[in-house]
Amino acid sequence: MLRIVVIFIEIIISFLLQTTVFRWFKLAGTVPNMLLILTVAYGFLKGRKAGLFVGIASGLLVDFMYGDLIGITAIIYMVIGYANGYVGKIFNREDKIVPIVLTGFSQFAYFILYYTFNFLLRGRVNIFFYFMTIGLPEIVYTTLIAIIYYRIISFLDVKIDGILKKEA
Amino acid sequence: MNRRTKFNIKSKHLLIVAMILLVALVIVSFISPNKVSPVKTAVGNVISPMQRGINSVGRSIFERWEKVQNISDLMEENELLREQVNTLSYENKLLLQDKYELDRLRDLFELDEKYAQYPKVAARVIAADPNNWFTVFTIDKGTDDGISVDMNVMAGNGLVGIVEEVGSNWAKVRTIIDDQSNVSGMFIKTSDTCIVEGDLELMEQGVIRVEEINRDAKVEEGYEVVTSHISDKYLQGILIGYVKEITPDPNNLTKSAYLVPVVNFEHLEEVLIITEIKEKLDKPEEE
Repeated sequence: MLRIVVIFIEIIISFLLQTTVFRWFKLAGTVPNMLLILTVAYGFLKGRKAGLFVGIASGLLVDFMYGDLIGITAIIYMVIGYANGYVGKIFNREDKIVPIVLTGFSQFAYFILYYTFNFLLRGRVNIFFYFMTIGLPEIVYTTLIAIIYYRIISFLDVKIDGILKKEA
Repeated sequence: MNRRTKFNIKSKHLLIVAMILLVALVIVSFISPNKVSPVKTAVGNVISPMQRGINSVGRSIFERWEKVQNISDLMEENELLREQVNTLSYENKLLLQDKYELDRLRDLFELDEKYAQYPKVAARVIAADPNNWFTVFTIDKGTDDGISVDMNVMAGNGLVGIVEEVGSNWAKVRTIIDDQSNVSGMFIKTSDTCIVEGDLELMEQGVIRVEEINRDAKVEEGYEVVTSHISDKYLQGILIGYVKEITPDPNNLTKSAYLVPVVNFEHLEEVLIITEIKEKLDKPEEE
């Protein structure tokens, strides 16, 4: 229960930072994808199911606030969370570098999926242009922010693990 | 965690089930957007006040940051501006005289800038779309302040966009530079109509696309484009921008061009919402 509340708060905070504070600190016109970092982190630290649920919750929040078709962003985040849970099985879950690299790859996957659903299907085919103006800066910025943000998430995660162990 | 052992679903199956549910949700929201809009409004009512609070924190940090960065630039600029103030205040006097004359002439012709008459409400931009693809933003006024869907949004004297969704104390605005945006426009000098379309590929150059200008239209670079009388959502006569680089289309029936918007969309802070909605024709088959 405690974990669910914490995840919920983390999602809201990530969303708020992404839509408000980072609006003032754009890098090459993009904001970092905080919700993606969170999804990747939970997938990597806690496995496929956790990544899946955090992904769905984050995606639905974005869809309900800003989407036209409800569920598309949720599907993208869900797949990314699930995939990261899978990768988490291969690597040591305490590793500090792998999740940062994973964030970069996930942001790339996010770019491809988002572009396909929202632009390619509307006949906007110039993928190279979109990659250079949005995809690449987004990947760089998100990965940079992930270095700090991932530490905070994993720190909180370890704390909660400790509390839950004590109770049990 | 006894709960886990009781229902032990494989995560693979969970993924499939969730996928099916979400795809169903996409289809539902595609077929009947009205069904999901109450949920959207409810979510917005909860999240928007939080966005408003955090946004002010973000802005104050940003402003402090800017202050530190720009202090030497500002001092130079200050001197320049002082000089400018002197010259401008002189020019202003001359212009004021012209203005009185203009007012008189306007009265004679009974022409008035259309948008000066519309009732307006000011609002603050509090949040932007989390994705970097679209240019949609949230403002801090909603139905409580008399805002409703399809109201036109301006900044300065130019068109910004249109209210797309509204909650009790927030509203979502889609800007005219957004990739999915379409505005019916008109050249003020020649009354030729055109379609103004946002395009992400052009956003970087600070222009948007203008299409479907009649082949015979005598338009030239620098002409003003305003919202047209045939638009069903935009009020007539709001300035959108200035046209440039007019080229004939391959079909030889129409021309297209670029348009420089009068509004600067970087760091929009305050906008004006026109609280008047263009009257719609009654549709014969109302729900």
